[in-house]
Amino acid sequence: MKRKALALFMCTAMAAGLMTGCGSSGAKSEAPAASEAPAASEAAEAPAASEAPAASEAAASEAPAASEAASEAAASEAPAADTPANEIAKNDGEAISVGFAQVGAESDWRTASTESVKSAFSEENGYNLIFNDAQQKQENQIKAIRDFISQDVDYIILDPVTETGWDQPLQEAFDAGIPVIIVDRMVDVKDPSLYTAWIGSDFELEGKKACGYLKAYLDAKGYTGDVNIVDIQGTIGASAQIGRTKGFDDAAKANGWNVVAQQTGEFTQAKGQEVMESILKQSDNINVVYCENDNEAFGARDAIEAAGKKVGSDIANGDILLMSFDCTKAGLTDTLNGSILVNTECNPLYGPVLTQMIQKLKAGETLDHDTYIEEAQFSADDSVTSINVDGTDYPVTILTQEVLDARAY
Amino acid sequence: MTNKAVSLKELRKHRLFMPIVCLIVVLLINLIKTPNFFAVSINHGVLYGYIIDVINRGSELAILAIGMTLVASSSGGTDISVGAIAAVCAAVITNILSGGTDSVNEFHAPFLLAIIAGLLVAVLCGMWNGFLVASLKIQPMVATLILYTAGRGIAQLITRGQITYIRVDAYKVLGSTIGNNPVPTPIYVAIFMIIIASLFLRYTAFGLYVQTVGINAKAARLVGLNPVKIQFITYMICGLMAGIAGVIYSSRIYSCDANNIGLNVEMDAILAVALGGNSLAGGRFSLPGSLIGAYTIQALTTSLYAMGVSADQLPVYKAIVVVIIVALQSPELYKMLRKKTGAQKKTVIKEVTQA
Repeated sequence: MKRKALALFMCTAMAAGLMTGCGSSGAKSEAPAASEAPAASEAAEAPAASEAPAASEAAASEAPAASEAASEAAASEAPAADTPANEIAKNDGEAISVGFAQVGAESDWRTASTESVKSAFSEENGYNLIFNDAQQKQENQIKAIRDFISQDVDYIILDPVTETGWDQPLQEAFDAGIPVIIVDRMVDVKDPSLYTAWIGSDFELEGKKACGYLKAYLDAKGYTGDVNIVDIQGTIGASAQIGRTKGFDDAAKANGWNVVAQQTGEFTQAKGQEVMESILKQSDNINVVYCENDNEAFGARDAIEAAGKKVGSDIANGDILLMSFDCTKAGLTDTLNGSILVNTECNPLYGPVLTQMIQKLKAGETLDHDTYIEEAQFSADDSVTSINVDGTDYPVTILTQEVLDARAY
Repeated sequence: MTNKAVSLKELRKHRLFMPIVCLIVVLLINLIKTPNFFAVSINHGVLYGYIIDVINRGSELAILAIGMTLVASSSGGTDISVGAIAAVCAAVITNILSGGTDSVNEFHAPFLLAIIAGLLVAVLCGMWNGFLVASLKIQPMVATLILYTAGRGIAQLITRGQITYIRVDAYKVLGSTIGNNPVPTPIYVAIFMIIIASLFLRYTAFGLYVQTVGINAKAARLVGLNPVKIQFITYMICGLMAGIAGVIYSSRIYSCDANNIGLNVEMDAILAVALGGNSLAGGRFSLPGSLIGAYTIQALTTSLYAMGVSADQLPVYKAIVVVIIVALQSPELYKMLRKKTGAQKKTVIKEVTQA
């Protein structure tokens, strides 16, 4: 009895203690916002400050034109396809059955990808989609592929959990005469002809585009000072990290940027924050931070602001430029309010382009074996509208609330 | 000369001697590699410096170490589900505050209510572990493995697989600073929990009961203690601590990332207990030891960041240092060394004792 009372007392004491702590903190919560003021006034002193218009104002006034231009540009970017990449190719006649082996639902990106495929391959569009969620396990996917084969589907779409171990199941599908389209991640098989086509993101190009934007932006602003840049990498070994880091390394070397630090934030906000917190203490003149996904960018921004510096677009006056990838809704929201300068997309919307590919296969056309999905780039700052990477021009979408609202994920 | 040797020997006998030496060594390495490691300044109204980072970022681990110490002592096992419990707690809180959406700019429910609910769920998780270990006598590692694997799934279910953002300044306070106070809030929370735990262990017999049960549960029963209840309570406390750590983790990123909150932190918490010179086989424990262990681990992590060790190599360096620290604390190592040096050493010891 005594012990029971003791335990109860202890728990309530601890809980009560915590609550009083929270209570007092809640009351004072308005203060931190006020403390950002000094940094802003510092920035205003320099003459160049007046040249940089408030990003949101400028963006808002040009809203309709920008979104039109963006959609035009998107259409023209795919020269091979007659139809825009985001248009669903409907199926006439007998319904085509398609088996889709998805990785799982581990992120909102993945969920958006699943939704895109599901809505594109709807019954109204003339498809019969059999969806399988592998819950991040390859054995589930292999089983799913065997199920698809035994159900004799017309096409199989596979978003592989891992790169290796696909020789046997793909051989089985090949023997059954079912074309397999691999999406997103690559597969590592001895004979690449076992699958019909692959479509996914070009992470290195994403990195190049981001760096290309930075270069164009600095040129547009007439900034000629040192570029002290930090690379917060993704989880080491992830294909997105490898590609984006390579794009970064090459660009930093080519442009003579001074790489202050290069460390992984493991694609998470917490690690991005912790790593940035430490890097900020190593060097006082960091002016660009290249984060390899949105979550890291949120963490880096918090660390920068906690250190009394400011993220923004005015590099000449001490703002730290923040670059990010993925274009999640939260990431684009921060791009719109100007704390992320440029956000390069990692497009999950495979549905429409997959319907086009399958319609081509149905018509007897051959597909390119490896294709990259189109990916956009967003900034709320309108000083750069197009960038050039390796001789190809890529449009930069000026981000507005309308553009953000129109996005599917 | 001999006098000094004796006093050093006495000092060495103190059970906290080695943990403290290890912490100091880790910090001293920084003096050579990163001279500004100990520089503390007030930047923007907030204490700023690597050493502040260590204390700040070590808060969650210190809180977890409190619970883990009690669990290790009472049951001779470890609770490997603390990271998952932290994620569940954070998921419950963010989900209540967000009212079921992915991102909100204002609370949809009272802040306190959400925190209480989250901590209650954490305590429930701890009770579940306690029930399995104490009542059903399942091995602690196996019993807590259930929540270790299922916990993140539960957290994912609660957040519907999304990262739930609470973009409200009041929510960020626990992970940043209170108003113009220069000390980061997590430090206050950690100190507060440490004080409560120390007072509780000092002024009640609970600490003694826990150790008694840990050393010999049968004997404890014979002297009138109920081992089942005591073990149960330690797991409950461990759950609560995991919940509190989860609140801080979540507040730092003003969101709940169910996959990553407190990921692998259970290993650090267990390590903190071990580095503190506590036996993981149960029995006697030293709370200060575990806390020193926790801050040693964080000092190590922060040091490696400060030295610019790339994070993919970080675990390797961490492992090397941990092996050295654990080896330094092992009495067997000294026995082996003594055997090797053999005769010479013996004469020295004789001299010392004669003096």
